[in-house]
Amino acid sequence: MSKNTKPKTSAYASSGTVRRANPFWKYMKEYYQIYLLMIPAIVFIAIFCYYPMYGAQIAFRDYKFKMGIWGSEWVGLKHFIRFVTGANFWQLFRNTLLISLYSLVAGFPVPILLAFLLNEMKNPTFKRTVQMLTYIPHFMSTVAVCGLILLFLKRDTGIFNQIAVMLGGEAKDFISDPKLFRTIYVFSGVWQGAGWGSIIYLAALSGVDSQIIEAARIDGANRIQKIWYIDLPCILPTIVILLILNCGSLLSVGYEKILLLQNELNMDTSDVISTYVYRLGILDAQYSFTTAIGLFNSVVNIIVLAVVNTAAKKLGDTSLW
Amino acid sequence: MEHAVKTVHRKSSIKETRADRIFDIVNTLIMLFIVVIMLYPLYYTVIVSFSDPYKFLRGEIFLYIKGFTLDSYEYMISEELIWTGYLNSIINTVIGTLYALVLTIPCAYAMSRKNIKGKGAIMGYFVFTMYFGGGMIPGYILIRQLGMIDTRWALIIPAGMSVYNMIIARTFYQSNIPDELYEAAKIDGANEFSIFFKIVLPLSGAIIAVISLYVAVGHWNSYFSALIYLNDRNLYPLQMVLRAILVQSQQLKNIDPNSVTPDEMLEMMRKQMLAVTMKYALIIIASLPMLIIYPFVQKHFVKGVMIGALKG
Repeated sequence: MSKNTKPKTSAYASSGTVRRANPFWKYMKEYYQIYLLMIPAIVFIAIFCYYPMYGAQIAFRDYKFKMGIWGSEWVGLKHFIRFVTGANFWQLFRNTLLISLYSLVAGFPVPILLAFLLNEMKNPTFKRTVQMLTYIPHFMSTVAVCGLILLFLKRDTGIFNQIAVMLGGEAKDFISDPKLFRTIYVFSGVWQGAGWGSIIYLAALSGVDSQIIEAARIDGANRIQKIWYIDLPCILPTIVILLILNCGSLLSVGYEKILLLQNELNMDTSDVISTYVYRLGILDAQYSFTTAIGLFNSVVNIIVLAVVNTAAKKLGDTSLW
Repeated sequence: MEHAVKTVHRKSSIKETRADRIFDIVNTLIMLFIVVIMLYPLYYTVIVSFSDPYKFLRGEIFLYIKGFTLDSYEYMISEELIWTGYLNSIINTVIGTLYALVLTIPCAYAMSRKNIKGKGAIMGYFVFTMYFGGGMIPGYILIRQLGMIDTRWALIIPAGMSVYNMIIARTFYQSNIPDELYEAAKIDGANEFSIFFKIVLPLSGAIIAVISLYVAVGHWNSYFSALIYLNDRNLYPLQMVLRAILVQSQQLKNIDPNSVTPDEMLEMMRKQMLAVTMKYALIIIASLPMLIIYPFVQKHFVKGVMIGALKG
């Protein structure tokens, strides 16, 4: 790309002249360094996100580690059919969906309510202190939180049982009761995430025009009315966007926490698609079968996201795309 | 500041009604209730960890420390696994964070520039991975093929960049650095590299802090990749040690009751009881680094969420 390339003899030289005239090369000469800055990230994403997507084709093969992806036999939809017609398919599907829905119904409104109440607080120091304290559980690791849950629910020494016994009840192994698993999972999640989740709504609430609020109050609106008629409509777009995003992951419950709380006795309700994938895939090395399950899961998620997004677009004006 | 002004203004212009005062009182009570719920489990963990194990087993501890003792901590601290775990977590977090910054920041800056050809397509290339992925198993197979099983790198290399963080950083550059700055630098003859390294990076302190904190907390708190990629206990990060003791209830060697001779019955009983209270101490020890730095860094975290929210 040197400037003194002269149109002398060969095809090489003439391509030089073309380059000099071509606006694309002129642009590249000025900006190629910008693209170089992107290269590490692009390569990273190619290796660790796109290559696994390409590797997901083993869902349609009988993968053997020694044969590699291409050497393994093509079996079409065998693994998908095996999963969908399997004896535990509906139980896994139901468990996954119920834990998600339960988390959504119990967990989604709490940060919004918390944000409204925080926003109504008049003493700024008190407000900031409450905010800071409610964020703390978010910074604990999943293992530490699950450790706390298990310790608190222990039959002999857990605080829940100590209180139950004090009140004349009977000590019980709470975590091993399949009926209680979802409740434990969901409410510990609310405890850990509510404060942190409220930040985004508080940010949205700080954007509400104070003149409107002023006007409403002169017209005699009380605080509840102010929240209902002014604050809520103002942050509705934020709520809808987050709701859509949450719906998009309805079938991908966080396996990290469930794996830690799971035991043989609560499997009836605690076994979800992703923990099943972990057990059969990583521990049992059934790579193709579990990849098929994972793929099925991803596709369902995308479909749900698209449906919810379209619905939101039809009903209101807010949508992701 | 803003809130203070607003409050004063409200008070001066509109008279407080009785309903408003009741609302304020109820609201304050609800807030106090929430704070108690949020903090009591942590407070309880702390007081148990400092209390006498016998008193704890008899169910006497609810509100304050009884029979103050540091035994739980002594047993925990003498356990080697905890310290290798700590060390591994620190190493992984430091390397992992630097690595993530190198991947994220230059790319975020480049994506923030206007009039870059093909930017939309590249953005699509990134964003697509937020909604769709190959799943757990193909990722695992890749790490196996790369020969990273049972090495530290399996925890660090694949966790390099999150597209979400990249978008946060991009939004930061878009809204904080004016285009005129780039134009002026170009007129002065700067090329794109020197613009990035000499002008943009020195202005990036805030966003580097935000991204570093997000990545560091993620590394410090993660256990799952260690669970699937590591067999060697010497490489276990702290969270895996926690999991072994808290979730799988593995006996530690200096707590193991079988190692005690019969005539030391009393001592053995005590150790068995300590085996419970030291779990509380362990949670405190493991969460301590986060809880100590938390008051200093929380505003950066909140800033990160705010920048993210800007973009929706």
